Amino acid sequence: MAYVSFADRDHEQEHHDPDTFITKYVYSQDHKVIAIQYGGLAIFIGLVGMLLSSMFRLQLGFPETFDFINPENYYQFVSTHGMIMVVYLLTALFLGGFGNYLIPLQVGSRDMVFPFMNMLSVWVYALSVLILIASFFVPGGATGAGWTLYPPQSISPGTPGTDLGIVLMLVSLAVFIVAFTMGGLNYVTTVLQARCKGMTLMRMPLSVWGIFMATILGLLAFPALLVSAIMLLLDKLIGTSFFMPAMMAAGEVTEYGGGSPILFQHLFWFFGHPEVYIVALPAFGIVSDLLSVHARKNIFGYRMMVWAILAIGGLSFIVWAHHMYVSGMNPYFGFFFATTTLIIAVPTALKVYNWVLTLWQGNIHLRTPMLFAIGFIFTFTHGGLTGLFLGNVTLDLPLSDTYFVVAHFHMVMGVSPVLVVFGAIYHWYPKMTGRMYNETLGKWHFWLTFLGTYSLYLPMHYIGFLGVPRRYYAMGNTDFMPESAVTLNASMTISALIIAATQVIFLYNIFVSLKKGEIADGNPWKATSLEWLTPDTPPKHGNWGHELPVVHRWAYDYAVPGAEDDYTPQTVPASEVSVGRDHGIDH
Amino acid sequence: MSEAAVSSSGEALDDGAKGFVQDFSSDMQAFHVPWGKAMMWIFLLSDTFIFSCFLVSYMKVRMSTTDPWPYPSEVFALEAFGYNVPLLLIAIMTFILITSSGTMALAVNMGYRKKKKTTFWLMVATAALGASFVGMQAFEWTKLIMEGVRPWENPFGAAQFGSSFFMITGFHGMHVTAGVIYLLVVANRVRTGFYERRGNNYEIVEIAGLYWHFVDLVWVFIFALFYLW
Repeated sequence: MAYVSFADRDHEQEHHDPDTFITKYVYSQDHKVIAIQYGGLAIFIGLVGMLLSSMFRLQLGFPETFDFINPENYYQFVSTHGMIMVVYLLTALFLGGFGNYLIPLQVGSRDMVFPFMNMLSVWVYALSVLILIASFFVPGGATGAGWTLYPPQSISPGTPGTDLGIVLMLVSLAVFIVAFTMGGLNYVTTVLQARCKGMTLMRMPLSVWGIFMATILGLLAFPALLVSAIMLLLDKLIGTSFFMPAMMAAGEVTEYGGGSPILFQHLFWFFGHPEVYIVALPAFGIVSDLLSVHARKNIFGYRMMVWAILAIGGLSFIVWAHHMYVSGMNPYFGFFFATTTLIIAVPTALKVYNWVLTLWQGNIHLRTPMLFAIGFIFTFTHGGLTGLFLGNVTLDLPLSDTYFVVAHFHMVMGVSPVLVVFGAIYHWYPKMTGRMYNETLGKWHFWLTFLGTYSLYLPMHYIGFLGVPRRYYAMGNTDFMPESAVTLNASMTISALIIAATQVIFLYNIFVSLKKGEIADGNPWKATSLEWLTPDTPPKHGNWGHELPVVHRWAYDYAVPGAEDDYTPQTVPASEVSVGRDHGIDH
Repeated sequence: MSEAAVSSSGEALDDGAKGFVQDFSSDMQAFHVPWGKAMMWIFLLSDTFIFSCFLVSYMKVRMSTTDPWPYPSEVFALEAFGYNVPLLLIAIMTFILITSSGTMALAVNMGYRKKKKTTFWLMVATAALGASFVGMQAFEWTKLIMEGVRPWENPFGAAQFGSSFFMITGFHGMHVTAGVIYLLVVANRVRTGFYERRGNNYEIVEIAGLYWHFVDLVWVFIFALFYLW
C-alpha cells in the first residue's frame, strides 16, 4: 500500500504556534529550543567535568601540595570526569544538541516526527544529570571505580563511593539511556521519513549522515550498557552474582560466588567501542561541512564519505575486545579483534584523505570555524596514528594502562570532537542567535585551545612510553619515572589549567555576542544547505513559513566552474543555472 | 505488486535490486509507512539488543558458574492428576501467549476493515490472554519462591539460576504488562471512536500489534534457551 509522505501532505496540516512563555521556552516541543536546552545542559555538565580534571591534574602535577585532594576524591574526580565527558557531554551535545538542531533544518522538515517525545527526552536527560550530580553529595560520595566501573572493584569495599555513589551512577546511566532512546528514535525516523521534496538520501549534508549513523549506533549499543547497569545494580543491591566471583574483600570472604567479571567487560565495551564512534561520526560529518563551506569547494568524494560512515558504523560493533587484550580472555580473540581494528582504519583514513583533498586548491577562508576544523584534522590524525599502536596486541601489552593510552583516547575522542563542537558552535551561531560572534576572541580561543591541548597531550605520550601507569594517585619515588618526567607532569598540569581558563573566552564570546554581536545575515557563510535558506533567522517555529523547500541538488555546489555565483543553494533548480553538478537520483 | 513500482515522488523505478536502492534512497521517505510504524520497528530493533544482551549474559554466567546448573524440566515440573508433568505450566503459558498473537493479528485485520466493534473485542481478548500469562508467571514465581529459590541462592544448585530466571522473566513480564496496558488504551480509543475522528485511521492497531508480536517472539527465545536447554 502506497503511503503518502508528510512532505506531500504538508499543506493539509495545521500548525499551532506555542504562545505562552512556558510552552515556548521551557516545555517546548520545538526542536530548535530542545536543541539549545540539550546543548546548554551538556555544556554546563561538561564544564563541571573540566573542573574535575583541573583538580586531579593539580594533584598529578604537584603531588603533596594540595590538602583538599586525597586519594579518595582523586579517584572520584577521575571516574566522574570520564563518564561526564563521554556520555553526558559529547553524546548529549552531538546527538541531543546538534542532532536536534540540524536534522530537521538540513533535511527540510518542520520539526522532529514526535515533538512531544523529543521534549520528554531533554527533561529525562536533565533528570539523569541531576542524579549524577547528586552522587557527589551522598554519604561516601561519587563512585571512584574509574569510568569503566569494572566489577568486582566498583562494588567492593575499599573503593570510594561503593555505598550510594555507584548506585546513583548506574541509575543515572539507565535514565540517560531512556532519554537517549526517546530522542534517538526521533532522529532516525526524521531522517528516514520526513525529508522534503527532492531531498534524497544521497543529497543529504554529511552532518546529517554522521548524526544519523551515530544515532543508530547508540540505539544498538546503549542496550548493552543498560543490561550491564541492571545486572551490576542487582549484584550490588540484592546480592546476585552475575559479575562477582568468590573472593575476599576487606579481609572477609564475601557472599558472592561463581560470577564472571569478564562478562561485564564484554558488555561494557560492546557499548563502549561503538560509543567512540557515536562521538566521532557526528564530528566527522560536521567537520566535512565546515571544511567544504569555508574552503568554497565541494567535499571530495561525497559518496565515499557516506559509505565510509556506514562502514565505520558497521565495523565498530566487531572491534570491542581490543580494549580487553590484558583482561585474560582467550589470546586467539586478540588476533581477531586486532584484525578488525586495523580494518576500521581503512575507511577512517579514507575520510582523512578526503578532508585534506577538499582543502586542496580550495579558496580557504581562515575564519574561526575553519580553524577549528583544520585543527581537528591534525589532532584526529595524531590520535588515529597512536591508535594503530594500541590496536596491535603485541604493542598494546606493554602500553596498556599507561599514560600512552590516556593520551591516545584524549587526542582521538576528547580533543578532536571537542574542537568540532567549538567549530560547529561558531559556524551555526549566526543561525541560532541571529548575531555574529566576535572573530578575534574566537581566534584566540582556537589558538590557545589547540596549542594548549598539544602541550598537554604530546608529553603524555612520552611519559606513557616511559611506562608511567595511569590511575595512580601519586608516583612516589619510582625508578622508571625520572626527574624529567616529574617536571613534565607539572608542565602538563599548567597547560591543562591554561586550556580550562581559555574556555572563559569562549563563554564570554557566546554570551556577550548574544546582545552585542553584529546582526547576522541569514546566510553569512554563503552556504548551500537548507538551514541557511530559512525565511527567518533564527528560524521560527515550523522552520519554513508557508511552503516547504524543494531540493534540486546536493549540498556541495561551491565554486562550480562556469557558474555565476560561487555557490548554488540546494533549492535552485537546474533550469536556473547553466552548469552544476547533481549527485542525486538523476545521476 | 500489480501496479508499476514508483518512488515516493512518482518517478518510475528500475527492476530488481537497482530499483530497490532507487526507492529506498529516493526523496521524502525511505519506507512507505507511517512515522509511528517506522519508529516502532526501530525501537523493536533496539529492544532486541536488550534481550539479546540479557540472554547472552545468562548463557555466559551459566557456563562460568562452578556449581551444577539445575534441571529446568524438574524445577519447572507441576503435579497434575498424580503425575509429575515437566514444564506443564510453561507449556500452557507459551500456548496462551502464541494464541494471543493470533487474536492480535485478527484485530489488525479487522481494524483495517474499519470494523470497530470486532477490533475492540479482539484487542480486549488479546489483552486478557496477556494478563493471564502474567498471572501464571506470578504463580510460577510464587511457587519457586516457596521452594526457596531466590535471586541470590537456590536449593537446586547454582545461584545464577535464580538470578537469571527472575531477571529475564521479570524483564519480559514487564514488557507483557506494558503491552497489556498499551493494548487496553488503544482498544478503548477504538471503542470511543477516537481514531474515527482522526481520518478513520487504524494504523495504531497494527503498531501496537508489532509490539505485541515482538514480545511473543522474545518469549519463544526465552522458552527455548532457559526452559528447554
